[in-house]
Amino acid sequence: MKVNGFAHPAPSDPRRLLSDHLRHDLGLTGTHVGCEHGVCGCCTVLLDGAPVRSCLMLAVQAEGHDVTTIEGLAPGGSQLHPVQQAFHECHGLQCGFCTPGFVMSVVGLLAQHPHPTEEQVDEGIAGNLCRCTGYASIRRAVTRAAVLLAPLTPDPSPLGGEGANPADRSSSGGEGAGTSP
Amino acid sequence: MTTRWFGARVQRAEDDRLLRGRGRFTDDIDEGALESVLVRSPYAHARINSIDVSAARAMSGVVAVYTAQDLPFGGTDLPILIPHPNLTHGRTQRCLASEVVRYAGEAVVFVVAESRAIAEDAAELVEVDYEPLPVVITPETAARAEHLVHDDVPGNVAAEMVQEKGNVAAALESAPRRKHFHFRYERGAASPMEARAVWARWSDGERKLTVYDSTQSPTSIRGGLAVLFGLPESQVDVIAPDVGGGFGPKIMLFYPDELLVPYAAMQLGRPVKWTEDRQEHFTAVNQERGQVHEVDVGYDDGGRVLAFDDDFIHDGGAYTPYGIILPIITAGQLPGPYRVPNYRVRFRDMYTNATPTSPYRGAGRPHACFVMERTLDAIAADVGIDRAEVRRRNLIQPDEFPYDVGVGWQDGNTVVYDSGNYPKLLETALEKLGPKPAGENVGMGLGMYVEGTGVGPYEGAHVQVLVSGKVVAATGIPSQGQAHATVWAQVVADELGVDVRDVEITSGDTRRFPWGVGTFASRGAVTAGNAMHVAARMVAEKAKKIAADAVLSNPVRYAFGGGTEAATQFTPKARPGPPLADGEEPGLEATGYFSPAGSAWASGCHAAWLRVDPKTYRLEILKYVVVHDCGKVINPMVVEGQIEGGVAQGIGGAFYERLAYDSDGQLRNASFMEFLMPYATEIPKIDIEHIETPSPLNPLGVKGVGEAGVIPVGAVIGSGIEDALGIPITEMPLSPLRLYELSTSASTSTSTR
Repeated sequence: MKVNGFAHPAPSDPRRLLSDHLRHDLGLTGTHVGCEHGVCGCCTVLLDGAPVRSCLMLAVQAEGHDVTTIEGLAPGGSQLHPVQQAFHECHGLQCGFCTPGFVMSVVGLLAQHPHPTEEQVDEGIAGNLCRCTGYASIRRAVTRAAVLLAPLTPDPSPLGGEGANPADRSSSGGEGAGTSP
Repeated sequence: MTTRWFGARVQRAEDDRLLRGRGRFTDDIDEGALESVLVRSPYAHARINSIDVSAARAMSGVVAVYTAQDLPFGGTDLPILIPHPNLTHGRTQRCLASEVVRYAGEAVVFVVAESRAIAEDAAELVEVDYEPLPVVITPETAARAEHLVHDDVPGNVAAEMVQEKGNVAAALESAPRRKHFHFRYERGAASPMEARAVWARWSDGERKLTVYDSTQSPTSIRGGLAVLFGLPESQVDVIAPDVGGGFGPKIMLFYPDELLVPYAAMQLGRPVKWTEDRQEHFTAVNQERGQVHEVDVGYDDGGRVLAFDDDFIHDGGAYTPYGIILPIITAGQLPGPYRVPNYRVRFRDMYTNATPTSPYRGAGRPHACFVMERTLDAIAADVGIDRAEVRRRNLIQPDEFPYDVGVGWQDGNTVVYDSGNYPKLLETALEKLGPKPAGENVGMGLGMYVEGTGVGPYEGAHVQVLVSGKVVAATGIPSQGQAHATVWAQVVADELGVDVRDVEITSGDTRRFPWGVGTFASRGAVTAGNAMHVAARMVAEKAKKIAADAVLSNPVRYAFGGGTEAATQFTPKARPGPPLADGEEPGLEATGYFSPAGSAWASGCHAAWLRVDPKTYRLEILKYVVVHDCGKVINPMVVEGQIEGGVAQGIGGAFYERLAYDSDGQLRNASFMEFLMPYATEIPKIDIEHIETPSPLNPLGVKGVGEAGVIPVGAVIGSGIEDALGIPITEMPLSPLRLYELSTSASTSTSTR
């Protein structure tokens, strides 16, 4: 399997969960485990670009697939991925434990719906539990991420959609923005 | 002080590594650690006849198996953290039970192995012969005392306390109107996304114990471990690294693993870790909120409260490691923002065969608020005024501060509100809420609260200007997501006139700051925030003095920020004598403390329009407004995050989450599949407004806000549903099923009348 672009051998133990394999065999501890029964979404990673729960998959099932974890979004300390950047700007995280799972879900959501409606946003993040934020800031982050991603993705709307103005990318994200007082 | 950063929406310093997956939570730390598992009692109450660990010990890959008999401290009761004279029958568990277990989930055997899988398999081989005993699961059955949780605690009563202000009996007698109410609030669970975890290493060479613990109080853990293992505190480091949410239960200490993991690491000479799984978290980690209240209230024809008499029982759980702080807070906060001229409150803290209780976000207050707010709604209905008006007529006015409520507070003083503007909270909330939306089965929920925040005794901070000009600062209390690294940096940057990005904060690491109490009771901003302010100011004063000595100037001339003059220790001094005068210390650093004279009382008003589907009883929150006052706001973005998260947790606790214990004391829904924490689809947008009434009790004028969001939510949801459906709501939590039952029984009783 490939993890964040690099080929890795399958684990020797066929019963190894993908989440445990990533965390304990590969040292990719950014993927968190919150419930181990597929409800909380903390362990969400991308499998060939689509969000999956790594606690509900055996590692060997990922053989022949591309796995992307949170560490793979902005490798080597490079500029944050637009979804990560949006979470930062909109205070979309507090303790940060559920955050990698949310970010991966949102990457998947925006790949499917680059200009999501409010309902699509709620549905898209409704597989992830957060106990800190009350979701309001996460919703704002998804909307902001769509704006940041818009210049990078093909636009289905002839009028340009909500995020077509490239200037939006450099502007700060409304309420949650700016380090300066 | 030139305020530049205080009050600004400064983005968080802690985000970058958390967003990149570079956070460091306790289970992320490995370093070849052995892994461990606890064997827990499946029974809520049972005698242990025998424990056989021979098969587990013999299993390949098992390194050690501990029962109580194998521990030098196995026969010692764990401490009562906050003793109180009224806690006449305090009882705590032992690290591992060996005679009687008193709740399902109580730890019995500790297994350490080369891997988690081996430890779990070995735990399955442990044979414990239990003899089941009668189970006492609700506070009501505890009060009936047909069976005892502890043989030597008569009536299952751990503590009883009666307080009275004025003359309640006489005032009730003479009141024009009088009503009795029965209110019931069930247990809830904090359920942080990261369950608990501990990692420990003993270094024989350095004689040093290093512990990583997902705790809200590393300093207290350190003190306890040092005493237990006979080490000087300097040889014990306890670090709360990134902690994935706390919400109260992680302030409890000691959980058995917090002793067992370090002990095993010292015994075995290898690092040992333990990570709780979600299922065991449900019963192994403290819960809260179970109370049953009997209220008699007297009032006049205008709806003004004349006398309030509350007799309540508190579900303490199987042990009282945290003392009786919860019912004390309930008793102290029950009057809320209202004048209650005659107030009597009696509580009994009852033992039950359930997980022990200790503070969970809100800590005694959501239930207190529910009781008072529901009572006011009933008074309004009885005298024929609206819900806002009854509150308007009873609120303490802005010119009445400081206001002495006349009953005891958790810090040993009496409850005295320091400042506030309660009418403004109410009027602003009503204005923001707006008119009733169209449609059937729409109701208004309204609830007000006060919260005593920032209890002492103290917190401290160390602030140091590095040679590079950057600033580092540390405090003892850890963060579980409250943005300490950002907001403390704002406070320090203002005092030192530096950019907030040049201040790096460490919190919750005893290597950097060994003194302190913990992150709980909405106290971080008040205690540690002001300690940061004090320490940073000391550094600023020192810098001015050094600069003045060095360059023949008057210290007051030196303003901070943007300056380019520099001095070194070799710069000639302007004054006579040695370079370091008597009492002076080298280095631009200082340690400061802040100890509050009393609690800073935050307050707020929540108002909501909600709709209940009359067929499915689905709850739809159409609008939710929060107007709150936490004094001066350090960072509105962070405060709003605390409020939004608190309200969501309140909504979960009010309508979705329920700990379904059966009469055998088994928690029947110990998973996220069945304990329904809300997703984004259940949580509405929250409309927030800040009102700032500075606290006169601390230099920054701040009040705590961590728990505020959750406190009135049960009252608001109850109030709104009652208004929408026209059935009395006197209990929490609710659910579609429960609303169906209540509606059915209400219509049945109406038709038979």
